[in-house]
Amino acid sequence: MSVNIALVGNPNCGKTTLFNELTGSNQYVGNWPGVTVERKSGKVKNAAQEITVTDLPGIYSLSTYSLEEVISREYVESSEADVIVNIVDASNLERNLFLTLQLMEVGKPMVIALNMMDVLKSRHDELDVAALSKELGLPIVGIVAAKGQGINELVDAILLQQNKPTPFKAIYSPKVLSLINKLEKELKIDVSTKMHAIRFIEEGLSATVGHPQDNLSAVKLDEMVEHDLHGMDMDRDMIISDEKYKYITAVSARVMKRSQTDRISMSDRIDAIVTNRILAIPIFMLIMFLVFITAFGPIGSTLKTAFEYLINTLIIGNIATFLISIGVSSWLYSLIIDGMLGGVGSVLGFLPEIAVLFLMLSLLEDSGYMSRAAFIMDRVLRKFGLSGKSFIPMILGFGCTVPALMASRTLENERDRRLTMMITPFMSCGARFPVYAVFAAAFFSNNQAIVVYSMYVLGIVIAVLSGIFLKQFVTQGRMSNFIMELPEYRMPTAKNLVLHTWERVKGFLIKAGTVILIASVVIWLMSNFNFSLRMISDSSQSMIAFIGKAIAPIFTPLGFGEWRASMALVVGLIAKEAVVSTMGVLYGVGKTVADQPSSLIGPLQQVFTPLSAYAFMAFTLLYMPCIAAFATMKREMNSWKWTLITVSYQTGVAWLVAFIIYQGGLLIGLR
Amino acid sequence: MTLKDIRPGEKCIIEGLGKKSALRRRIIDMGLTMGTEIKVKKLAPLGDPIEVTVRGYELSLRMKEASEIRVRKVEA
Repeated sequence: MSVNIALVGNPNCGKTTLFNELTGSNQYVGNWPGVTVERKSGKVKNAAQEITVTDLPGIYSLSTYSLEEVISREYVESSEADVIVNIVDASNLERNLFLTLQLMEVGKPMVIALNMMDVLKSRHDELDVAALSKELGLPIVGIVAAKGQGINELVDAILLQQNKPTPFKAIYSPKVLSLINKLEKELKIDVSTKMHAIRFIEEGLSATVGHPQDNLSAVKLDEMVEHDLHGMDMDRDMIISDEKYKYITAVSARVMKRSQTDRISMSDRIDAIVTNRILAIPIFMLIMFLVFITAFGPIGSTLKTAFEYLINTLIIGNIATFLISIGVSSWLYSLIIDGMLGGVGSVLGFLPEIAVLFLMLSLLEDSGYMSRAAFIMDRVLRKFGLSGKSFIPMILGFGCTVPALMASRTLENERDRRLTMMITPFMSCGARFPVYAVFAAAFFSNNQAIVVYSMYVLGIVIAVLSGIFLKQFVTQGRMSNFIMELPEYRMPTAKNLVLHTWERVKGFLIKAGTVILIASVVIWLMSNFNFSLRMISDSSQSMIAFIGKAIAPIFTPLGFGEWRASMALVVGLIAKEAVVSTMGVLYGVGKTVADQPSSLIGPLQQVFTPLSAYAFMAFTLLYMPCIAAFATMKREMNSWKWTLITVSYQTGVAWLVAFIIYQGGLLIGLR
Repeated sequence: MTLKDIRPGEKCIIEGLGKKSALRRRIIDMGLTMGTEIKVKKLAPLGDPIEVTVRGYELSLRMKEASEIRVRKVEA
């Protein structure tokens, strides 16, 4: 028989590390039904019985103010979850135990995985694990997830516990306990448990939503709760949490022996510099600069040269030779080499730089710096109608807009979240980089780095100005807040970094193999055939030229009203890197791509001037994001209206900015 | 006196929380319950938000949120 376990814990407690240790490469990533919150599952390796683990989002509480909490609560209560594995950070015991107590009230079989025992040891604090286990009445397994210690013992404990429901623990005051008992009996919902009774005290009538019930009796019960708790010095929504923490404080004092009260930790020492009043902002700028210089500077470009050689010369070159040697017809040769491989190859060449960028972003996330950056930047971002927490999606936006939009879920405030999603696509994602790289090489060969860097800066400036502009129109939602944990700095483990980076690179590869491949083939067909489906030698007679010529006038005021450039922008909606691959196909460089990867430069110089090239780059940066990002935005915003407003706004801004650049440039005598 | 009035390096004890709201629930769930000791560690470089130590971990909150938390100062 197979067992399903739900892995639940606070953010930053090492949950993902434990999940990776339990399942190895045996993972599959999907989404929770109806929402885009990532759902990761996997099979435990080498277990005596089949065990499926589901990694739930990191949460502090089983309440309902964030989507993550709602999902976690629904899953642990569903019939799908057999055993709850609660991972507890021993170095942060009190706050972690709060979630533990809430999970125990669900009543399912439960095991505690006590992580970070090594951190505790290094502080010379002592935790009596046996006493804690006895107190809670649950098996506790000490693990060091980052080193893979205690995993087998944890699996054994899960199998032993699987048929033992967790009994209710009477940790509340007599007054609250008698109220819980009374409510359990009288609450007219399908299965009434103490957990439901407790929720009813905390949340009132909203706790009965989704259960068939007698409304009148629920209202009466609600009045009874108000009446019974009257005279206590707290409101009903506070009492349950407050009494849980009272119990935790008492237990923690018994089982934990702290060596010093005011120790200075490694994190304190790092923070003394990193969040220092004077140094914080320069250090922040330096870190951002280092991230980009690593990805797009010497390291990235060396890797890229090697990788392009591999793709163009070794792979595509050899396939070309092979095709000629078996004597395929010229149209098939052209379809494979120019259409498929030329298109995909021109995008794949950027993989090393994008992989390095993803690696650097994972490093920032896993180390704990991201939340410091949010802490430092909150005041600034608030001026633009955003929150410090908006910073994380914005930075991730430099990698890929899709996960960046998803990361905006950490913003609990609807208004902050919507505004963050509206401006995140202005952050220049990895897929837009190939476009800058090609144009900078063609027109600004002496200042390539500065020109590319200026695109990133332009994206940030437009995002900031948009924040100021849009905040007046985006309706005010729930009060914005900035209650955020600043976790201890951790040395990211190589395994986690690799898995994290690989997940994102995989997305890029899949896109290159599917969407880009199909787009390239379609473009090739449309550019080699006319509307009577006859193959033509001059692409200006093709279907695509016809469509491109129809839309080109829109771009004439921007300096690039040329059909191939216009068509590349349209195809760029499928994926922005397709702007380059489309140009590769349309300008006919696919034929020579095997011997000369930079062959796009010549044809581009005949169509663009440096000024119109710059306007084109700006337009590519700013106009509506790719289909994948669009779809994500629709799901995350859950509103067609706002999604369409957003993409129209972005495309409008792109046109306006490119117009100002081109016409303004002409006015001051540039060309 | 509220948490907003406590300077970096000083400690205080929570005496009450502001009006009923989702924010208050969040504050409590993070362990900021009545009688809990809070140490203000520092202000962000631009003066807001603040960083505090509570129940052995570090938390940041804005001045506005801090002003909702009534406290009593503890002399060192």
